[in-house]
Amino acid sequence: MTTVVLEKIWKEYGDQIVLENIDLTIESGSFVALVGPSGCGKTTLLKMLLGEERPTSGRILLDGMPLKPEPDWDRGVVFQRYSVFPHLTVLGNVLVGREFEKSRVLGRLFGINRAAAIDDARALLNAVGLSDHENKYPAALSGGMQQRLALAQALMRKPKVLLLDEPFGALDPGIRAEVHALMNELWVEQGITVVMVTHDLSEAFRLGTRVIALERRRNRPEEKERYGATIAHDIAVWPPKTQKKKQNGSALVEEAPPLIAADVSAAVH
Amino acid sequence: MRIINRHPSRGLYILLATLPFIALAVTYAIGSYQRLSINPADKILPSVTQMMAAMNELMFVQDKRTGSYLFWSDTAISLWRLGSGMGISIAIALILGVTSGFIPFVRALVKPFVEAFSLIPPITILPILFIMVGLDEASKITLIAVGTAPLMLRAVALGVEEIPREMIVKAQTLGASTWQMITRVVLPQILPKLIVATRFALIPAWIFLVSAEAIAAVSGLGYRIFLVRRFLSMDVIIPYVLWITLLAWLMDLTLAMLQRRLFPWFQPEQKS
Ligand SMILES: Nc1ncnc2c1ncn2[C@@H]1O[C@H](COP(=O)(O)OP(=O)(O)OP(=O)(O)O)[C@@H](O)[C@H]1O
Ligand SMILES: [Mg+2]
Repeated sequence: MTTVVLEKIWKEYGDQIVLENIDLTIESGSFVALVGPSGCGKTTLLKMLLGEERPTSGRILLDGMPLKPEPDWDRGVVFQRYSVFPHLTVLGNVLVGREFEKSRVLGRLFGINRAAAIDDARALLNAVGLSDHENKYPAALSGGMQQRLALAQALMRKPKVLLLDEPFGALDPGIRAEVHALMNELWVEQGITVVMVTHDLSEAFRLGTRVIALERRRNRPEEKERYGATIAHDIAVWPPKTQKKKQNGSALVEEAPPLIAADVSAAVH
Repeated sequence: MRIINRHPSRGLYILLATLPFIALAVTYAIGSYQRLSINPADKILPSVTQMMAAMNELMFVQDKRTGSYLFWSDTAISLWRLGSGMGISIAIALILGVTSGFIPFVRALVKPFVEAFSLIPPITILPILFIMVGLDEASKITLIAVGTAPLMLRAVALGVEEIPREMIVKAQTLGASTWQMITRVVLPQILPKLIVATRFALIPAWIFLVSAEAIAAVSGLGYRIFLVRRFLSMDVIIPYVLWITLLAWLMDLTLAMLQRRLFPWFQPEQKS
């Protein structure tokens, strides 16, 4: 079970108050879509969850414990760009999380360990529809393929929370729909908790179980700096979406791969 | 159509590219012919035959005093100095460049110092080196290292800082330690840039090599050029200059090829 709690979060950059008084509890297994006008602080909020930025005041709890003040394996991420490593092949990009985990000094796996990691990586690549491309470098993939690769790469490490910052913002509409289907399947199958920043309301409602809208209450130019954005709407999406299994520890990914593979590739193709 | 939008065909490109070389060679040949027909003993613009004769002596006739073939021993010693100097500065650039580009504490320690240090014109350090480490190999190698290391270090550090922040954050979310990020994310991405930096650094490296050899040495390509200058031996100087140019060009070519071979992902287009 993974619960993220934000308590009275304020964020200021110098004199500018960006976010004020954010109180939010994200339940395990939910898919929170974060929307709001440009510059209102969505990325800033995500960066605080990531540990890249600290709140000016307030605190963030992950499963009741204060969040580590730097990015770590328990929070996976997919950015709009630069999410995969250009010097690794598709397979290498997915493997690397396991290699970081299991081989602290060399950062590389050999023999049976490597074979086992490759099996898991292939299952994920199959799930995101990239099985046929495992030896390509990211530069040879389309934008949509790169983002699917980034998802597989993040899921390999089995993060407690998956953070997405406009992951599909740069994709054209057709590919976007395809990746939405995939994202939904991954969420249903893997029992993960997701926080996704997006500009696209329909995307927010299609994927999210809950849509949070950030907004500045006062927007007069002379007041802009002094008042930050806060949660203006908190909408439970109807009809409710449910994950296939209730999340009960991290064993899920391990027991499920063949199933995911079949289901998701059916959804993607 | 505007001239900027018009491109020469492949054949025309080759023709245009070779034109300046041919023009230079022809101009030289004419000049040489005219001077020699007026005064056969003229030394300023020797003919190709004269140069070949002089080089034959240096390449294939044992030197009476040292027992070596001067051209080849000059080449070997110069390449050794150049290689050692560049080797040292590549090592410095990699170790300090990567750590100072990646770890804020090391950056604070290294960056201002290197920036100040790189303002010293390297050639002015040469007398200091001669006094401190003597006139032998060490001073020449050090000069090349001192002259190129700051340049390369800065290029590498900059390359590390240019790695998108997202990628470093991503590595951390995959659980990577600082060491793992250096070995598996930073180094592999910096190596092609290191090769680019090495190609650039080779230009000043040659300058420092030849200068050091000209000032204090008893062997080497630069030494020979400045030695025979006293006798106006253009028939040796010109082939030596051409030879150095050829060596520099071959090194550059090798590095460019290495970069393409070793780092296929670094290229914009990609064949799968
Ligand atoms: N490092 C920083 N230093 C100073 N101000 C910053 C910094 N990062 C963000 N800001 C400011 O904080 C505000 C919120 O930025 P943020 O990037 O979070 O917006 P956003 O909601 O993600 O916008 P967009 O939808 O355009 O991505 C902006 O006004 C921005 O200028
Ligand atoms: Mg943003």
